[in-house]
Amino acid sequence: MTDTFRDDASRLDVRYVAHLARLHLSDEEAAVFQPQLEQVLGYVRELGALDVEGVEPTAHAFPVQNVFRDDEVRPGLDHEAAMKNAPQERQGQFIVPKIIE
Amino acid sequence: MKYLPTIGLEIHVQLKTRSKIFCGCPNEPGGEPNTHVCPVCLGYPGTLPNVNGEAIRLTVLTGLMIGCRINPYSKFDRKNYFYPDMPKNYQISQYDKPLCLGGSVEIEVEGRKKAVGITRIHLEEDVGKSMHFGSSSGVDFNRAGAPLMEIVTEPDIETPEEAQAFLLALRQILLYGGVSDCNLEQGNLRCDVNCSVRPEGQSELGTKIEIKNMNTFKGVFHALKHELPRQEEVLRSGGAIRQETRRWDDEKGVTEAMRSKEYAHDYRYFPEPDLMPVVLPPETVEQWRATLPELPAKRRDRLVTEYGLPDYDAGVLVADKAVADFFEETARASGNPKAASNWVMTDVLRCLGEKQTELKDAKLTSVSLAGLIRLVDQKVINVPTARELFSELFEKGGDPTELVKTKGLAQVSDTGALEAYADEAIAENPGPVADYRAGKKPALQFLVGQIMKKSRGKANPRMVQELLQRKLGGA
Ligand SMILES: [Zn+2]
Repeated sequence: MTDTFRDDASRLDVRYVAHLARLHLSDEEAAVFQPQLEQVLGYVRELGALDVEGVEPTAHAFPVQNVFRDDEVRPGLDHEAAMKNAPQERQGQFIVPKIIE
Repeated sequence: MKYLPTIGLEIHVQLKTRSKIFCGCPNEPGGEPNTHVCPVCLGYPGTLPNVNGEAIRLTVLTGLMIGCRINPYSKFDRKNYFYPDMPKNYQISQYDKPLCLGGSVEIEVEGRKKAVGITRIHLEEDVGKSMHFGSSSGVDFNRAGAPLMEIVTEPDIETPEEAQAFLLALRQILLYGGVSDCNLEQGNLRCDVNCSVRPEGQSELGTKIEIKNMNTFKGVFHALKHELPRQEEVLRSGGAIRQETRRWDDEKGVTEAMRSKEYAHDYRYFPEPDLMPVVLPPETVEQWRATLPELPAKRRDRLVTEYGLPDYDAGVLVADKAVADFFEETARASGNPKAASNWVMTDVLRCLGEKQTELKDAKLTSVSLAGLIRLVDQKVINVPTARELFSELFEKGGDPTELVKTKGLAQVSDTGALEAYADEAIAENPGPVADYRAGKKPALQFLVGQIMKKSRGKANPRMVQELLQRKLGGA
């Protein structure tokens, strides 16, 4: 679908994938995971041998559609409860490391 | 060498629903930070989104208004990226099966009409708002999960003027359909601008620059006015444009490159497993279509044919749906469309502008304005008196007929009373009387003025004039 899953994904760099997931890999870990990643992708690629001409991509296995909610306001969390999980709070906001654009 | 610009827009529109798109929190801008939140829009593990059907309806309605095809099968996808204003670390959006496809919006620039193509409209959730403190940033999630519709245009726009005309036309349609408040100050409408330039004769488009997060139409216009010549200049001097994201600095009046995030565009979309696909039956879509309002371009034509208004006047009136509705109500109730259009275009719009208010908040009703018009038509009051009454009706409301009665404003058309005023005026102003008799016609207006003063504005000026002419001889 996107670059990550391209046909030539056997050459996918495990460090690139790790970076996208914000995972830090040591050199040793990268050396172990790179061939493992290629193996997994190779296994999935066996599906490529199937003739799926005319078969609609399946996003969901259940024959269920149009699950909608009425447009009604429901009570949520009150402010104090919402902020309980904030490691730091200032002026009612969740404090995070400085965001740089 | 001439350079041709190519411009495409991505417009994010906050939909007018009561609750957010995937949870029951109120969809209200502002408020104290983190007071319209719940475990779903705060992205707590183990929570599940639940689609607000109204957000689907409003998006489809928009598609129908601008001639889109409604996708028979539509689904939601996850767009994966990390940013502190998005608590789940993915945004629920639509990737390859958006709700609406195709369509166009007609614009007019300097008398030239043109259709700007629409590529698609998809639905997604808005993110939170961040605020910057010295060494840290704060996040407010009240806006997170607000229903956001993204409208993507084809690269059909060729000038900053066209971009602005497109945004105005689109905003007008969205307001007519009641799908969004389109309040720019509150960020209901935000726009990303894609633009490039290419030498005339070259068919292949130039390298694209994205200007992110514009929230005023003037901003879009000025950013393009600056950015297109900048790109042209780079090419003219033999340089190359590098694909990048820029930001418009309104104060400095320049666009600046943003620090581009590494791999920022590998979003690894995949189908959202927590949400079922949307498969709208054609009957449902047709039911919704039947509720569509008359769109501005059509209404303008109708006002011209139905009420005999000049095209320009009709254009002014339809610019705002509430104003056009008010005009039509007034025209019907008064039976005088020409007067209704004059009052609405001048006095009503002026007062709304001066008071910085909207019709829905004004005390003036179409019934009272129509009453005022009828009082003038029946010669119960004259136009200056009507103007005075109008200010009062605009500010305090009320029934014009009652006001005329209680204030004793009814025009004096009683010949006896007018004659007494006229005789006084003639006696007190021998100079102007002599002037008029000597052929100086403007002197008559002075005498009319004197009589109007004596009657405290209530005399019927046409009758006064006739009376004076009769008394002084000669016409
Ligand atoms: Zn919520």
